[in-house]
Amino acid sequence: MATKVVMEALSPTMEEGRLVKWLKNEGDKIASGETLAEVETDKAVMELVARGEGVLRKRLLGEGATAPVGQLVAVIAAPDENIDALIGGAGGDAAPAKDAKPAEEVVAKTEETAGASSVPRATEQAQGEASAPPQQKVPAFRMGTAAPKGQAPPSPTPATEQPRDGGNGEGRARTSPLARRLARERGLDLQTVRGTGPGGRIIKRDIEAAVAEGVAAQPAAAGAPAAAPPREGDFNDVPLTQMRKTIARRLSESLGPIPTFYLTADFDMDRVAEMRTAMVEMGDEFKVSVNDIVMKAVATALTLHPEVNAHWLGDRIRYFNRVHLGMAVAVEDGLITPVIFDADRKRMSEISREARELAKRARDRRLKPDEYTGATFSVSNLGMFGIEHFTAIINPPETAILAIGAVEKKPVYVNGELAARQRMRVTMSCDHRVIDGATGARFLQTLRRMLENPLMLVY
Amino acid sequence: MPIITYRDALNQALREEMQRDDRVFLMGEEVGVYQGAYKVSKGMLQEFGEMRVVDTPITELGFAGVGVGAAMVGLRPIIEFMTWNFALLALDQVVNSAAKMLSMSGGQYPMAMVFRGPNGAALQLSAQHSQAWESWLAHIPGLKVVAPGTPYDAKGLLKSAIRDDNPVIVLEGEMLYNTKGEVPENEEVVVPLGQAEVKREGADVSFITWGKMVLVAQQAAEQLAKENIAAEIIDLRTLNPMDADAIASSVSKTNRAVVLEEGWSVAGFGAHVADFVQRECFDDLDAPVLRVHQEDVPMPYAKNLERAAKPDAKKAVAAAKKVLYLEN
Repeated sequence: MATKVVMEALSPTMEEGRLVKWLKNEGDKIASGETLAEVETDKAVMELVARGEGVLRKRLLGEGATAPVGQLVAVIAAPDENIDALIGGAGGDAAPAKDAKPAEEVVAKTEETAGASSVPRATEQAQGEASAPPQQKVPAFRMGTAAPKGQAPPSPTPATEQPRDGGNGEGRARTSPLARRLARERGLDLQTVRGTGPGGRIIKRDIEAAVAEGVAAQPAAAGAPAAAPPREGDFNDVPLTQMRKTIARRLSESLGPIPTFYLTADFDMDRVAEMRTAMVEMGDEFKVSVNDIVMKAVATALTLHPEVNAHWLGDRIRYFNRVHLGMAVAVEDGLITPVIFDADRKRMSEISREARELAKRARDRRLKPDEYTGATFSVSNLGMFGIEHFTAIINPPETAILAIGAVEKKPVYVNGELAARQRMRVTMSCDHRVIDGATGARFLQTLRRMLENPLMLVY
Repeated sequence: MPIITYRDALNQALREEMQRDDRVFLMGEEVGVYQGAYKVSKGMLQEFGEMRVVDTPITELGFAGVGVGAAMVGLRPIIEFMTWNFALLALDQVVNSAAKMLSMSGGQYPMAMVFRGPNGAALQLSAQHSQAWESWLAHIPGLKVVAPGTPYDAKGLLKSAIRDDNPVIVLEGEMLYNTKGEVPENEEVVVPLGQAEVKREGADVSFITWGKMVLVAQQAAEQLAKENIAAEIIDLRTLNPMDADAIASSVSKTNRAVVLEEGWSVAGFGAHVADFVQRECFDDLDAPVLRVHQEDVPMPYAKNLERAAKPDAKKAVAAAKKVLYLEN
């Protein structure tokens, strides 16, 4: 009697799991209850334990690979048992419904149905192991053989006769083979596609619609001649972890396609103001604006926080090793965001000059497409309008934008005494699919350190 | 190019091959004096004489067996069955003798012969005379099976069948004999066995069919075209050996297949096609393979019931729309 090891629902919301590490090799002797592998769920890394004993005959899922709940991932059997039928049927079997509680899961057990004596025997064995969780006991051969007429299988119902899609359709999306292939080829997560075929089946036209939507959502990426086409080494593409996927999916449901949250901080700008004054005293050619200093600080802070210098690409996150800073510029009838490429490697004077030029060309409508595409992070400043505090909207596929308010003299307590200080409020809009609260906060912490101690910029 | 009937196309094929090779002869009920029950052998007794156009008694097993014996000594007989319904009596000779001879004698006995006749339903001939037998015949290793749907293919496939060194089954159709089509006059028409033909090109859905159902597929495709649906028609022409490449290349283009056949659904030849498609074209399929076939009942005599039982263009259109997810 072989035991099928399936991807178990190790958390209540788990729909698929990533096999992190096998702890047993093929050929290892396995006792019931032993840990077979580590599986990353949408919440944590959990242990997948054996529900039967024998030899780990076959591992069907590679380390790092992902399987939906219910998929066959290994087979435990006697050393000489023929398990071809089990392996051949991998993936096609019914999944235990995802919300079924493992402890109450009915043991899926079928006996060879030929022979009249099998009925009472199967019942007895099923009772004996009724507490065992969902790994399915099946006869070593002739899987899915229906009971001959007049020999209806005894309760409990063999799991192999459950509907193939997991019963309630909650588990795995029904998908036509073609749609499955197209999704794979286009790097599309089927979980994000809505099926319009019978019973919600995902079919070719659904994939095409999803691809079209994806393209529409990223017009810049599609139409950009790309001044500096990203080269290898400019970025790291990181596949989504289970937790990242869950965060992305659930928060998008809650807040729209880009689940945004906002972090506001109040910076002390006295030293920045001092610095500006000192520079101006050296002569007009050394004059820089607050915005130039903020841009330089943001660019420098981003080099320390690549986790917020990123693009959301649907199935992965692209973390950039270069900083291309978008700068929102108001023009007569709208807004455009020219880019200061490699801003982190530019001196403040260069940033200042480039920002001025770009803003002027933006207002003259003389920007070339490659000058306003390719930003990895953006800044929007309404301080010159006296706006104290505002929130900016993320420009996808970027994952954050920083809204800069006006620098104003305000009463604050410094070392327990009320004092008048130059203050500036910034608000960072963050795409929660990529950036978590603490991640954004750490970036702002660094930015604060740089603006409150501008010497950090040359540190 | 002359437009001739399916009947005349067969007649041309028989006469040309008998002129070409004097080992070829025709034998069956009413083929001589009566000029053929369906006049396929019209004028042949006069042209070739009694030795080569042989009238037989109503003894299907007998004259099929005489044909097998003649083939064993090197002649190339063409056995005409008045219909394949009557050929059931002769199946022992067809299946146990003709189909096995080359294999069981290790090739020592030749078996170049043709069994031909109309297959499937005509009109109101009732249950015993309205049956399509391709699933039975294509099932047998050692037999080749062709089912031409047009006059051109009828001529070309019959000529190839006569020239082939294996026993070949030719499935004609009473309802096809009067259909007309272009067949060139001054060139030799030979259609190789085992080659399907794209009878109509389309990108949306593949009709895979053969024989009489090619006409049904064409009607269905016309109707679908009015709704801007482009159906492709793959006419298998030969069922065994089946042209797998033609099926695969069409399905990989359209991503959906509907198999049309005259016979019943259970273990029908269409099931064999569907089996091939699901296995070899799995990743190209956007919908399950559907089959259009005769209802699983003995063919009713009553006209309205017969019509309801037969596969037709309406059923084919419905199936096409279903695999296109336009109807449920």
